[in-house]
Amino acid sequence: MSTQDDQTHAVSEQETEGPAAPIILFFIIGFAASLVLGWGIFPKLLYSQKHQPINFNHALHVEEVDDGCESCHYFREDGSFSGIPNLESCMECHEDVIGVSEEEEKFVAEFVVPEREVSWLVYSRQPDCVYFSHAPHVIAGKMACVECHGHIGESDHARVYEENRFTGYSRDIWGKNIAGLAKHPWERMKMDDCSKCHVRENVNQGSVQTQKGGCFVCHK
Amino acid sequence: MKEAQGHNKNKKFGMVIDLDKCTGCGACMVACMAENNVPFREDESDKQLGTAWMRVYKMTNGKPFPETEVCYIPRPCMHCEGHGGHSPCVSVCPATATDYDNHTGIVSQIYTRCFGCRYCMAACPYHARVFNWWDPVWPADMEKMLNPDVSVRMRGVVEKCSFCYHRYQRAMEKAYYEERQEIEEDEYQTSCTQACPAGAIAFGDLNNPDHAVHQLVKPDNRHGGRPKNPHAFRLLERLGTNPKVYYLSSREWVIRAGDNYVKNEKTGAGGH
Ligand code: SF4
Ligand code: SF4
Repeated sequence: MSTQDDQTHAVSEQETEGPAAPIILFFIIGFAASLVLGWGIFPKLLYSQKHQPINFNHALHVEEVDDGCESCHYFREDGSFSGIPNLESCMECHEDVIGVSEEEEKFVAEFVVPEREVSWLVYSRQPDCVYFSHAPHVIAGKMACVECHGHIGESDHARVYEENRFTGYSRDIWGKNIAGLAKHPWERMKMDDCSKCHVRENVNQGSVQTQKGGCFVCHK
Repeated sequence: MKEAQGHNKNKKFGMVIDLDKCTGCGACMVACMAENNVPFREDESDKQLGTAWMRVYKMTNGKPFPETEVCYIPRPCMHCEGHGGHSPCVSVCPATATDYDNHTGIVSQIYTRCFGCRYCMAACPYHARVFNWWDPVWPADMEKMLNPDVSVRMRGVVEKCSFCYHRYQRAMEKAYYEERQEIEEDEYQTSCTQACPAGAIAFGDLNNPDHAVHQLVKPDNRHGGRPKNPHAFRLLERLGTNPKVYYLSSREWVIRAGDNYVKNEKTGAGGH
């Protein structure tokens, strides 16, 4: 209301540039401030930063092993997926220090010698209500690891793990982009992302309510 | 309706419970609760507040001694198909928290989606749904024994029998690993089926003529799944809920108890 009044006032006095200018300025400052708050400060407050117990080098390992990703991330005989290897798998090679890196030395001293499992932070850990199985994707669907996980095999360090302070979930679920935008599957792992691909590939589209995927396809 | 995966014939998982065999021991209830992380309270005597998915009811023929007869009737969720998957509960849920899957015939319940309005509980004619009035509290070490394949619920949401769907997920996972698209009958069995010491419960694909459940009731899919076996019946058959749980009994009064018949009406088991 007051804006309108001011404008009429301004026009009547033939002073178009007068009191309107500070209002526009205030608007711009407020707009900029909320953008900075929403895009810059809010994500920093929302996510806490955590570091992996060991700064793992994928690139180095991929070079050394024979079977690529499957050397450490393999299927068990019941069809379940091993995910992140346990200490026993690591110890097949690292019973003693075999390289020259400081991280490996730390790994052997802190975990191998006391036989303590490494508490890796799992970037892709989904909420408890989500069911995901690798077998239908990798074996039946013949998808390559890189299609969902990106070029993680080429990384030479473990990136920072960001945890949502409210939900405790990894930031990878919502995605790096706070607006929830993503170009590649590894940039975001929400229900819509599962659904998008399932609709496209016409898998398990049996739901009566949604005419799309049945709920129990990805939920448990 | 879209029929995806043309190479995959739709399944219709269902259960057949032989009431002549059931002794009312309650092993199915216990097995179900343990398998599905069903919460319980210290005092479970008020059955209206209980959260059991599978419940065994006791019926009698109402006659005085020595003609008194007792029958126990276990009741899971019936996974009603209704007409075209419109189960009573699925039709009323405003949150799409419960759904019917045409590929398996299973009525799903997604706890994180449910906001607890309890419309579905009012709609279900079988009292198969329960409400969590409290957050679950497990005694001391029991938390470590929870089944990781079944997500736990919080207060304020509805839950019900899922036909141990996670066991289907597990079985399919193994099948995919072995590069199969189909599973065998014994690869997916519910917890209650396996726990029943009397072998009263059979479980399988009603659409598959090789499965025990199909052979036991001979469901007539052209007539809403009505059983062709005259000793088989479904609860409240004439409501049109088209349930996937069938009961077997050789006793006429038990079959009569399964629906509301007027005095001289024939039960017409098998729907003829
Ligand atoms: S028995 Fe009740 S909860 Fe189960 S499908 Fe039928 S209406 Fe829904
Ligand atoms: S209680 Fe939950 S499942 Fe039932 S109708 Fe309401 S939202 Fe849907």
